[in-house]
Amino acid sequence: MTTQPTNATPETTMSRRNFLSLGLGALGLVGLLQTGVMTVQFLGPRRVDGEFGGVVQAGLVESFPPGSVTEFPDGRFFLVRLADGGFLAVYRRCTHLGCAVSWQAAENRFACPCHGSYFDQEGDVENPPAPRALDTFAITITDGTVIVDTAEPRQRDAFDATQVVYPAGA
Amino acid sequence: MSWLSNAFDRLRFRARPPSDDRSRMRAVANNLILHLHPTRVPAPALRFTHTWGLGGISALLTVILVVTGVLLMFRYDASVERAYASIQTLETVVPFGALLRNVHHWSANLLVITVLLHLVRVFLTGGFFRDRRGNWIFGLFLLLIVLAFNFTGYLLPWDQLAFWAITVGTGLLDYIPVVGVLVANFLLGGREVGQAALRNFYALHVAVLPVVLMLALSYHFWRVRKDGGVALPDQTGPVEKLTTIPHLVGIELGIALVTLTAVMLFAMLVPAPLEGMANPAHPPNPAKAAWYFLGVQELLLHMHPLAALALSTIGLLGLAAVPFWDRDDSAIGIGGRSTRGRKAAWLGVALSVLLTPLLVVIDEWWLDLPALLPGLPTLVSNGLIPLGLTLAGLAGVYWLIRLVLRTRHNEALVGLFSFTMSALVVLTLIGIFFRGSNMALVWPW
Ligand code: HEM
Ligand code: FES
Repeated sequence: MTTQPTNATPETTMSRRNFLSLGLGALGLVGLLQTGVMTVQFLGPRRVDGEFGGVVQAGLVESFPPGSVTEFPDGRFFLVRLADGGFLAVYRRCTHLGCAVSWQAAENRFACPCHGSYFDQEGDVENPPAPRALDTFAITITDGTVIVDTAEPRQRDAFDATQVVYPAGA
Repeated sequence: MSWLSNAFDRLRFRARPPSDDRSRMRAVANNLILHLHPTRVPAPALRFTHTWGLGGISALLTVILVVTGVLLMFRYDASVERAYASIQTLETVVPFGALLRNVHHWSANLLVITVLLHLVRVFLTGGFFRDRRGNWIFGLFLLLIVLAFNFTGYLLPWDQLAFWAITVGTGLLDYIPVVGVLVANFLLGGREVGQAALRNFYALHVAVLPVVLMLALSYHFWRVRKDGGVALPDQTGPVEKLTTIPHLVGIELGIALVTLTAVMLFAMLVPAPLEGMANPAHPPNPAKAAWYFLGVQELLLHMHPLAALALSTIGLLGLAAVPFWDRDDSAIGIGGRSTRGRKAAWLGVALSVLLTPLLVVIDEWWLDLPALLPGLPTLVSNGLIPLGLTLAGLAGVYWLIRLVLRTRHNEALVGLFSFTMSALVVLTLIGIFFRGSNMALVWPW
């Protein structure tokens, strides 16, 4: 659009009544939107401090022998130490419908009792119906201590080497 | 005892019971509860086997649920630490607490059954033609409300059954593309079932849903009146009309008393289940959803969750489309549309009872589509293909009935409807009784 003056035709001018009712409508709409957003925020997910969702100090690197799987019930994850010394924090929520998997040391697998999914030590699907590998959490290793951040589970289709975290000097 | 029945009559009519038809009709019109009825009803509508009283029974169960539910609220505590304990106290310490819980529990379960049967009845007697189209679709909305009621109530005892049924049930939502996880997190107030979920479900169950249901039921009843009451076959001659008092009210009171007695007896004899307290680390094996979702859970064992979800949605949309699918309203009020339609219905049931278990067993033990089609992603091999096969099978049933019985379109639809409903029942029964450890097929005895 240019700034050329246009002829004001009667149709484009607005009566005071129309202006006011339009304004009222717009205000009403804004109010409605505001109330909607407030309601959604009010009802939305809440995080409680100290529950699952925070940062978990798992322990010293040496306390997890290679090839071991240690459960952290409060953190909702298993700390897996692979045979080559790398770490993987596996979320225990089954990717099928959300049941808690448990570690079966004898069979060397995670088992979900709900519909019979199995996962290997890396979390890869061994037996459906689970559609993808178990989710993982971010791991950092500082001063020989393994720290797991359970805020955001990371989805993956399958295991690959980039997901593994190795202690310094290993 | 006549003083007693006199007293009751006075309570009901605020005066002596009306003794002639005109004052009987006025009594109906002037009474808050009775005026849901017309003052006179066509005689054929009063035949018990036309409606089986299922709508009325559902309404009565709703009232029972509200009364017992409000009482339960006085003793229930919606926190993860106290919920289970408060139910245990109810079961063992509070006088008649166990009975109260049993009545609420069994009425809720019975309501799912009666509402579904009511839907079947309305379909079979052609209660969805013409003006009633709107009330049919609205009725589906009522069905969803009833299911939502049950689902939210299921979590409240906070035992193992409750915790894992809701975990699995909401886990299904995650598969809805784009919004699924968001919606699940919103409902649960977090990523997993916990305190926030219990709070949310409690508020929905005791405050939001009751208000929605009351409004919705009022509308449903109002529409039934507006649409001229229960659908009847088109009449050529004049129809005999009977006054609501005593003819309709008498039947209603009879059905109500029988229902009430049955629910009471059942609640006295069969305790509502209560397992150990919820333990988020240890799902039971097998973890089953509430029984009325076991049909869908059984589907999950045979196809990708997205396919199972799609199939359920298609089923629901199919029901909503019924008034547009069957437009031959000359069959209004006639059970099964015609004699041949009734035959088609039975054929549908028979086919379903034979085919559904057969397919379940074949898929369980011999057919492994993902292994047969290794090149395809599971969403296709275990999702799209079984979904397509199922839909093709349903179309096959329709045409089989049409050709074998030489039926018209609307009669074959009755067959297809019976087939699908029976399949749902069969799948549900398999889920309840024939699924054991690791959800493997087992004999229940
Ligand atoms: C809480 C749930 C429900 C209650 C309490 C209820 C109650 C009733 C009642 C009392 C009637 C009068 C006739 C009779 O007793 O059968 C009726 C009729 C009707 N209902 Fe429902 N209903 C419920 C759910 C449903 C559902 C799930 C559907 C269908 C999807 C449905 C569709 C209809 C229709 C179309 C009519 C008119 C039937 C005719 O004219 O033959 N209702 N309902
Ligand atoms: S939830 Fe784990 S297999 Fe279904």
